Amino acid sequence: MKRDIITSVIGIIVFTVLCGLVYPLVITGAVQVAFPGDANGQQIHLDGKLVGSKLIGQNFGTPVLEKNGKVKEVKGAVVTEPDPRYFQSRPSATEGGAYNAAASTFSNHGPNSVKTKEADEENIKAYLELNTDPTTKTEYDPGLTVAKIPVDAVNSSASGLDPEISPANAWIQAHRIAAVRHLPLATVDGLIAKYTSGRGLGFSGEEGVNVLELNLALDRLKEGTS
Amino acid sequence: MTFAGWLTIVLFAVILTALAMPLGGYMAKVYTGKRVFLSPVFGVPERFLYRLLRVDPERGQDWKQYAKSLIVFSLAGWLVLYAILRTQDAFFVPHALNPLGYHSPPWNVSFNIASSFMTNTNWQFYSGETTMSYLTQMIGLTVQNWLSAGVGIVVAVALVRGIIGRSGKSIGNFWHDLICTILYVLAPLSVLVAIVLASQGVIANFTNYLVVHTITGLTQTIAMGPVASQHSIMLLGTNGGGFFNTNAAHPFENPTQFTNFFEMLSVLIIPAALVFTYGRMTGNRRQGYAIYATMMVMFLGAVIVAYIAEAHGSPAQHAAGLHTGVISGSGGGNMEGKEQRFGIAGSALFDVVTTVTSCGAVNSALESFTGIGGAVPFANLSASEVIFGGVGTGLYSILLYVLLAVFIGGLMVGRTPEWLGKKLEAREIKLAGLGILVTPLAALFCTALAVASKAGRASISEVATSAGKLGIHTPQAFSESFYAYLSQANNNGSAFAGYTGFIQPNAGSVGSHGIGFADLLGGFDMLLARYAPILFALAVAGALAGKRVTPAGLGTMRTDNGTFVVLLIGVIILVGALTFFPALLLGPIVQGLTGHLY
Repeated sequence: MKRDIITSVIGIIVFTVLCGLVYPLVITGAVQVAFPGDANGQQIHLDGKLVGSKLIGQNFGTPVLEKNGKVKEVKGAVVTEPDPRYFQSRPSATEGGAYNAAASTFSNHGPNSVKTKEADEENIKAYLELNTDPTTKTEYDPGLTVAKIPVDAVNSSASGLDPEISPANAWIQAHRIAAVRHLPLATVDGLIAKYTSGRGLGFSGEEGVNVLELNLALDRLKEGTS
Repeated sequence: MTFAGWLTIVLFAVILTALAMPLGGYMAKVYTGKRVFLSPVFGVPERFLYRLLRVDPERGQDWKQYAKSLIVFSLAGWLVLYAILRTQDAFFVPHALNPLGYHSPPWNVSFNIASSFMTNTNWQFYSGETTMSYLTQMIGLTVQNWLSAGVGIVVAVALVRGIIGRSGKSIGNFWHDLICTILYVLAPLSVLVAIVLASQGVIANFTNYLVVHTITGLTQTIAMGPVASQHSIMLLGTNGGGFFNTNAAHPFENPTQFTNFFEMLSVLIIPAALVFTYGRMTGNRRQGYAIYATMMVMFLGAVIVAYIAEAHGSPAQHAAGLHTGVISGSGGGNMEGKEQRFGIAGSALFDVVTTVTSCGAVNSALESFTGIGGAVPFANLSASEVIFGGVGTGLYSILLYVLLAVFIGGLMVGRTPEWLGKKLEAREIKLAGLGILVTPLAALFCTALAVASKAGRASISEVATSAGKLGIHTPQAFSESFYAYLSQANNNGSAFAGYTGFIQPNAGSVGSHGIGFADLLGGFDMLLARYAPILFALAVAGALAGKRVTPAGLGTMRTDNGTFVVLLIGVIILVGALTFFPALLLGPIVQGLTGHLY
């Protein structure tokens, strides 16, 4: 027994040093040298300023202002409304505002829960409203109905930080972007294709369009920006 | 459902088998003391560790000595981890390794976490990025990811030694097995997986959380950390405790379509390989193939059900008017709590991979799975983690079932049951039976306590919001509670994550408190259901080790053919179904069948 205790104590110390210090430090050091961009979160800079990580989704909304000009907040989270000039990410269930990358979380709404249905209905309403021309009251994408909205545009993601949307979701939003930015639809669809990630090894997973990269590319287009 | 989805499932099974076979052979060499290609690399550190730990690797231990070393070592690990958690904000922790100045989690939550990581469960009431400092993640949680995996594997190896032992009482040496497992199996694989994942975007740094100013004028804070090293061992050791709250759904833990596939392989590779190791060590590879076939059949069955159910969509989606079929540019299905890049097939497969093993890492929100899709992880857990199972735990658990199946088969044909030339007698059957029953009993007993008491119901998140039923606990509430104790008993760690034992209003445990009932009950649930079966498995090893081998006769029932595979599947399903079916009916099945909204 005494022998086991001595060996255990030495063992825990030795393995804590080996597996808890040497191993993570060596891996982190090696990766920092070999893949510095990946190791630090694939940061994207614009004019020297950090505008996001390619892998972490963002809320492309603008802050809603109160009458006195202050930013409106509910429970410490900034209230936003989607900016029609940008592609919008999937719904996010993170606390402290959508796409809070300091505290990833999912909705935890059950499949038979009224909460899920209500959240879905709310997101459907918002999606239809966003993709409808406010002056003519017609959908930018002609014939857009509830049944045609892709599920990813309505259901919140697992991480709350999904950087991608489905191509179908992007194609619908492309009509709005083209109209609002006065761009040919083909140009926008071309950008979507450019920032669509393919299936892994040709079969694994689903295609996804990186929303941040796509929006940055839109801003880089000189022609037609209003 | 898509062609690519089905192809993913088929190719996964094929590639896994192709990788696991050679690894199984390699591990058989390691555990029988033969030279392997890594011996020149690790021979010197191996001998150095023996000297440092003052152990004689040649000294055989009987099952009691082996168990004693294992328990004392685990207890020491528990105490150290608990101490690290409770001193997270102590003065001696360098600022760079606790950049956000996080406080320690409360004592009851720390008790749950320490028990959780030591038992290879990695049940998490906390969320990584808002609770743990970098130092705690490294020297506390990462270390137990290694050690708990190592402990699981050595028990399986010891049991196999007992089964094939020709004379005497020795079932090997715990310290020798543990050191060899860490050096020759876990270390090379874990470095390899970490590097591959990092090359795809899994982060590895010690920087402060990033502050981003977005192009629409918002601010975003992005959590950082040394993720790659911890994530790789948590997959390989079927630990499953994510660095971040959303685990393998978080883009920094699982960034691409490719990493999702790669991570699933990493989870299953060791449990699958160990089955082939077993075949090699018994000297009859077909013994391993039979068990592998048993596992693979049940695994594929689970995947198919989960994929179909999730692709069909949920009642809530349909009630909202959504179309959940495949359309051009979208895979459809129940995407609530799922990531676009993984899609339905990648999420359903990952879910099954991590719930048949004791991994419990998730890349999608299990609570949001459809009734039947969510019943699949329930069923996997109800089979007591024998479909591949955790590293080591899967093999020793299914070997106990094999013993039971041989016994039942023997009764059917009216002969004394024999297994690999050894006569099975009352002692072994009793021990195996107890070993099999501890986990289900712990799960059901804890669930009953939790749903029947007010203190237990305090952890439930899901209550009805529909008019007329306001505040009533729903079938989902039962599912949440049941899954919590089932998952902890099986040392799995995945969750219907609405169930909570830690109220943390602010990051860094400021103003936080644990829900003592859930924390402590869960902690004891994990400890009992981990160590009792280990002791029974080692006792079986001890009982078998000394038995004389008699040559197989005409009347010996074979354990390496199709008939036995069918018998074994039958026994596993029968035990699981008889134990859990009534409870499963109350939660996921009633939801899956009715489509009723609450």
